[in-house]
Amino acid sequence: MIAVIDYKAGNLTSVVKALKYLGAGTLVTQDPEVVRRATKVVLPGVGHFQATQLLTELGLTEAVRESVAKGTWFLGICVGLQWLFEGSTEAPGVAGLGHFEGMCERFPAVYEGAELKSPHVGWNSLERVRPDSRLLRGVAEGGFVYYTHSWRAPVVQATASVTEYGGAFTGAVERENVMGVQFHPEKSSAVGLQILKNFVEL
Amino acid sequence: MLTKRIIACLDVRGGRVVKGVQFVDIVDAGDPAELAHRHAAGGADEIVLLDITATHEGRGTLIDTVQRTAATLFVPFTVGGGIRSAEDAAAVFNAGADKVSINSSAIARPELIGEIGGSFGAQAVIVAIDARRAAGAADPVGEAEVYVSGGRKATGLRVVEWAIEAEQRGAGEILLTSMDTDGMRNGFDCELTARVSAAVQIPVIASGGAGTAAHFAEVFGRGRADAALAASIFHFGVTDSRELKAELRRAGVSVRLPC
Repeated sequence: MIAVIDYKAGNLTSVVKALKYLGAGTLVTQDPEVVRRATKVVLPGVGHFQATQLLTELGLTEAVRESVAKGTWFLGICVGLQWLFEGSTEAPGVAGLGHFEGMCERFPAVYEGAELKSPHVGWNSLERVRPDSRLLRGVAEGGFVYYTHSWRAPVVQATASVTEYGGAFTGAVERENVMGVQFHPEKSSAVGLQILKNFVEL
Repeated sequence: MLTKRIIACLDVRGGRVVKGVQFVDIVDAGDPAELAHRHAAGGADEIVLLDITATHEGRGTLIDTVQRTAATLFVPFTVGGGIRSAEDAAAVFNAGADKVSINSSAIARPELIGEIGGSFGAQAVIVAIDARRAAGAADPVGEAEVYVSGGRKATGLRVVEWAIEAEQRGAGEILLTSMDTDGMRNGFDCELTARVSAAVQIPVIASGGAGTAAHFAEVFGRGRADAALAASIFHFGVTDSRELKAELRRAGVSVRLPC
């Protein structure tokens, strides 16, 4: 059973719909005990990093910390990926899980002398796909996925793939059982479904 | 590299996809769910469903149509028409939409943009602008006017100024439809699109007038559009996104080729 954490950050319908389509059993929850018992945990979320404050208030941050420490598979999507890092300049007072090093920052307004539009919206390619990534198994170098975000995570050792927009940022991150994607796999057609299927089949 | 998006639009009336020319002369083009899937399979980057008569007739969006269409659609899905409150938007999101497009209701009450964005994120709010050039004015493009209620009512607002305000109020994207070019298949209004795109930071979706691949190439280049929307050229099998994108790529436009 996959616990899908509901912390009132955007809409869960699409993520749950895609997981069900792939045959996964899902349970949308805010209960730390459900998260502790789950074999897999998905943390979706679009919107503001501030919303992740609720995870701590509900005792979910601790539950996730314990779960991932004992090896539960974890997938963060969009803000859910950003939360795996130390924090975000979008909400400087709100700490992330700190599983990966570094802070999430806003896209620069200007990059290499040209104006850079923000948010970064649309289909962009996955580059430098790590061949040992279990999450990205079967995803071709240059495969397209759908993004919509204004903040981004830095490239770190655990980065499984980068995307270029105003420089390289982390498109996917993965270290052992803890994984995250900045893009929306549930909206990324065949490539996205492949990634979710990889997670479901872990 | 971020690609230019091709968006297939389904104008829905009474649960059926229809297509008009310059907002009138409407003909039947099929079932929304079936067409949405055909477009997604054919390589469209996004699907937009507009309940075109919702505002005019003063009723809500067709939730069941949205639900049926969204059920197995795994590309971004936008719904517009008849969304007048954050509650209306929530119902559409719960039915499976990823974004809502608001038009008349945002003009009537601009706070609505921020209200929906506050709950669902700015990325989920598209402000749609129906625009007509100010014929006879010194600067017909700069003075282009915003229309509402499916193009039936002039507002007196200038398009560029309203786009800037919409962005400031938290819109995630602008969907700009030229009423002058809509349905004519003679090309997008590149001048107007470029003017709006330069004025805002958020992505601008050009709409109205798509007829050939060259029209898309023009609006992505000279028109500075981030995405382009079309309906009629797809519905009657004139072309599909796959064909269109292959041509665009040959023309040097960065697009996602579906696998």
